[in-house]
Amino acid sequence: MSDRQYELVYILPPDTTEQQVAELHGQVEAVVSRMHGQIEKTENWGRKRLAYEIGHNKEGVYVLEVINGSGELMKELDRRLKVMDQVIRHMVVRVDEEKKVVDRTQTRRRTTSERRRVKRGLPPQRQPGEGRPAGEPDDSEDDRFDGVEG
Amino acid sequence: MPFGQGRSGGGGGGRGRGDKKPTDKEKGQRRTLFRRRKVCKFCADKIDDINYKDVKLIGPFVPERGKILPRRISGTCAMHQRKLQTAIKRARQIALVPYVTD
Repeated sequence: MSDRQYELVYILPPDTTEQQVAELHGQVEAVVSRMHGQIEKTENWGRKRLAYEIGHNKEGVYVLEVINGSGELMKELDRRLKVMDQVIRHMVVRVDEEKKVVDRTQTRRRTTSERRRVKRGLPPQRQPGEGRPAGEPDDSEDDRFDGVEG
Repeated sequence: MPFGQGRSGGGGGGRGRGDKKPTDKEKGQRRTLFRRRKVCKFCADKIDDINYKDVKLIGPFVPERGKILPRRISGTCAMHQRKLQTAIKRARQIALVPYVTD
């Protein structure tokens, strides 16, 4: 119950080597494991253009870590990342509750559609080639769109 | 009454009268102002999760200037606009989306 899921994104300067990235990941991992959390997933997005300059950097190396753990753990991580000067930006977001909501809406949508289809005497899953074929836009009346004014 | 008379004598009233005829004609030809009904993109495409990492999804809602596109223009429903707002604000923090551009 106490375990929450967080996403940590941090940005490193563009001239960071793979080794330095791995090193920093190790440091994060050490903190996480010391405070009884676990890293569920790590993604390295590589070098990306920043939407705005951060300390004269126009590009950055993005790393995403999905961490299960307590709030204290994230607080500690946040504090440490603030201190590190090789990290130019970081952000922690709690995701478990939003994920739950998304899962719930998706299952609800699926079950209702299945129920309705069964009621209509169809198999619960959508068959291939059923319904309106994709790629055929349905705007035959679009020439009237907004063309009247003035 | 004198008030109304004075007004109709003014230039504005005259113009109104001049305009009147063609608009009547237009109505007859069903050339009333027609706008396509705006539909919430996220409802239509059944996108449940508006994630801050998905720049492709968010991008169209952040026009050149960097402001969040208002609901009255994009047609997004209230719930999804709210979610979109948090997603854009998060994306801004990690420099995926600009705060301002000029």
